[in-house]
Amino acid sequence: MIDVRLATVSKRFDTSSDAAAVDNVTITIGAGEFFTLLGPSGCGKTTTLRMVAGFYFPTSGHIHFGDDDVTRWSPNKRDTGMVFQNYALFPHMSVAQNVAYGLKVRRVPRADRARRVEEALAQVHLTGYGDRRIDALSGGQQQRVALARALVIRPRTLLLDEPLSNLDAKLREETRTEIRRIQRESGITSLYVTHDQAEAMAMSDRIAVMQSGRVQQVGTPHEVYYTPANAFVARFIGRSNVLSLPVVSARETRVEVRLPGGATLDVGAAVGHRLAEGDTALVSARPEHITIAGPDEESALRGRISHIEFTGMATHLSVDVDGTDVMAAVIDAPVGIQLGDVVGLRLVPERLWVVQP
Amino acid sequence: MTVRSLPAPGWLTGLGRRLSGGASSRWFPYLLVLPLVLVLWGYVVQPMFATFAESVSADGTENYLQFLNSSGVARQSLLTSLFISAGSVLLCGTVGVSMAFLLKRFTFRGRRLLEAFILVPAALPPLIGAVSFQLLYSNIGILPRGLQALFGTDKPVLAFDGIAGVLVVHTFTMYPFFYLAAAAALAGMDPSVEEAAYNLGAGRVRVWRTVMLPMLTPALVSASLLVFMTSLASYTAPLLFNVSQTMTMQIYINRTNGDLPMASAYASVLGIVSIIFLLSMRWYEGRRSYQSQSKGISATRREINNPIGRWLAPLASVLATIVLLAPVATIALVAFSENRSWTTQVLPTTYTLDNFVTIFSDPKAFQPILNSVQMSLIAVVGCVGIGVLIAYAVRRLRFVGRGLLDVAVMIAWALPGTVVAINLISAFSTGNAFSLGQVLVGTFWILPLAYFVRFLPIVFRSSSAALALIDPSLEEAARNLGASWARAFGSVTLRLMLPGVLAGGLLAFVHGVGEFVASVLIYTSSTVPISVAINNRMYSFELGTAAAYGMLQVLLIFVVMWFSGRLESSRTATRKAVQWTN
Repeated sequence: MIDVRLATVSKRFDTSSDAAAVDNVTITIGAGEFFTLLGPSGCGKTTTLRMVAGFYFPTSGHIHFGDDDVTRWSPNKRDTGMVFQNYALFPHMSVAQNVAYGLKVRRVPRADRARRVEEALAQVHLTGYGDRRIDALSGGQQQRVALARALVIRPRTLLLDEPLSNLDAKLREETRTEIRRIQRESGITSLYVTHDQAEAMAMSDRIAVMQSGRVQQVGTPHEVYYTPANAFVARFIGRSNVLSLPVVSARETRVEVRLPGGATLDVGAAVGHRLAEGDTALVSARPEHITIAGPDEESALRGRISHIEFTGMATHLSVDVDGTDVMAAVIDAPVGIQLGDVVGLRLVPERLWVVQP
Repeated sequence: MTVRSLPAPGWLTGLGRRLSGGASSRWFPYLLVLPLVLVLWGYVVQPMFATFAESVSADGTENYLQFLNSSGVARQSLLTSLFISAGSVLLCGTVGVSMAFLLKRFTFRGRRLLEAFILVPAALPPLIGAVSFQLLYSNIGILPRGLQALFGTDKPVLAFDGIAGVLVVHTFTMYPFFYLAAAAALAGMDPSVEEAAYNLGAGRVRVWRTVMLPMLTPALVSASLLVFMTSLASYTAPLLFNVSQTMTMQIYINRTNGDLPMASAYASVLGIVSIIFLLSMRWYEGRRSYQSQSKGISATRREINNPIGRWLAPLASVLATIVLLAPVATIALVAFSENRSWTTQVLPTTYTLDNFVTIFSDPKAFQPILNSVQMSLIAVVGCVGIGVLIAYAVRRLRFVGRGLLDVAVMIAWALPGTVVAINLISAFSTGNAFSLGQVLVGTFWILPLAYFVRFLPIVFRSSSAALALIDPSLEEAARNLGASWARAFGSVTLRLMLPGVLAGGLLAFVHGVGEFVASVLIYTSSTVPISVAINNRMYSFELGTAAAYGMLQVLLIFVVMWFSGRLESSRTATRKAVQWTN
């Protein structure tokens, strides 16, 4: 069941210029789904979220909540619960008053209100903090008040705008688990904005990767990781080597490419890839899908180690293959391997993927 | 360390050791502060007591009992002053806050135009502001006469007089207090807090009532106190619109009638009320304000989408700009009109350059300009010398009584000009230690002294603001590299403060050249300042010459504003319009 739908939504802030902050975005979010907009800063993800919240109106396109076209609805009519990046707590109200605000607006009776505020605070582990002043809370506590305030109204959609970016690393991991737990329990459709790909991977049901106002790919964390649509997604999600290799033959979902050593590899590709013999294919190979082989192995890339660091779990290598740096993260690297050694790199064929430029 | 001292008296070696400790000695702050304390005591605080002594000198508490007498002028004047002040707060609040909202939260055609001129009223000298309003909106004013001619009525239409006139002048000249306070609060307010309220389902009115207004409250309260104080001190508006029963007017009337004890009683009451307001303001400012917690998110301006609004907005902006500039334009127009030629016509009929020619060629007409410039310069030199040191002492030194020093300067700021004049008259009608035994009343020196007392806080504030931006460790670094305190202060701290000090000094100079309120009580025939000359010319119906003097003042102000704008923009961090609100 579709809960939120963006249909060819564009937003131009400066109508005289061609540059669109959000360019022709179409997204559907299912009921109860945890959906993430992921991208570097300035990619239009927050603008998209704010259009869903109603703080901006699209220049063109439509936004639907279920059967309602809410494109031009004012924010206070949309029944979304938003958690702002800086929390946006009302500084002149206590914790409980902050959480109760949306209930008051909705004319929830006093007794009911108090009970729900208590429940919401309990849900975010802030029982007993109701009378505190906002500036007497730590950043993490403020963040949870903001979450409670958004959840207590039982919104039709929960909107989260980089809610973890002001927390320190440890707290961030705890909180993301917590947010996901609460979201699962309440079953509220959620739209989450972040620039942190690890966060997006860990939390989301599905991710839309955005760049320059456009959606580059929509998919599950697994899909965007293993089958990135293009070089940008491949490099933005995790790390990836994008190798240009000549095409030997091409079928619907497979492309055969030739390695510099002469060996060929059968690589997966998306339907409609339009590659043919003689073209150059871009092949994404993640560092962890590369192992070390002997320097003379035919099916391997050959090069000299230009950088090496041991991180405990794996050894990270940069290998200069005919002028291109290829990154590899190798578990159980041969003992004694060092800077300047010439090695072979074996690619794991079933993990390679042809990407669009 | 043990030192075998020479057989000298113990106290002498003790003192010697203390002084050789230089600026790091714990006595150093007191050495620096002592002369400052003497100056503030001698010219600000002690004259207040002298006034009080004067007020009870003739018939004890009789003068004060008049304030309790229900039929008396005294009580009526106090009530009228309070009423005018309350009314001014309401009107200025309405105008200032709406303007701030309109200009800071919306975008529409004509916004930039309006924004460019929005603070012009604050820059007018008090007398010029009131005179231009009289020429524009009173029953001899251009607008009422224009409407009279248009509709063919017997009397000028919509002429403001009396208390209504005073309120109009106050609204026009004091709304910038509210505008600046509200605009700063809006700029500092985190826009997402407002959005959060909308997101939770609140409508526009509710967001206003439950979120915006409570968050603006600190700014509005301090602006209210400021406007109330300024209205209470207002003298020119009641003078020109013939409202004789206000505190300031009664001080003037009693003084000119020779009843100094009664004038002193009024001055004491007004002084005490002003100081109470000052203290409540300081108390309130110590409480928290709701500044932004977020970084780098700026408020987005809303576009006016309503078709009527879109059409109306540019029109209203142009109209408002005309209203803002009309006083200056009127002064400029009248400055070129022939004296006594403008009687009942809507606009002056004959124009001439004679007014300016007279001012610059007739030595008697030029004398007020010389006087004002000379007296202001003397005052500014004093203000800068003392103001910078007080700012340094208050900001950087630790000593007992630091708070009192700060409050003493601010009392000089809080006291109405009329009260400052009466205080100086009371204190220096006989010689005392602070006047080196001389009688100052009736001499040249009492005017620069009054200017010094009135405008010392301006230099103090700008120096203090400049000092706040300078890291104390810079001076410490200079000391560490071997500079003496005086050298470190001069070559590092003072040098870095200079733009702020200069801006404050210029502002004090401009205020001095425009000063009227205190001058009118203490000038002598040989020390007539410009504003008193304007007032005298107005009385002898030489409107053209009066306006020409005014025009020169306005020109000076614009030049100085432009210049200090350049000073300020070289140090963007201190670009604060606050300086103009003194």
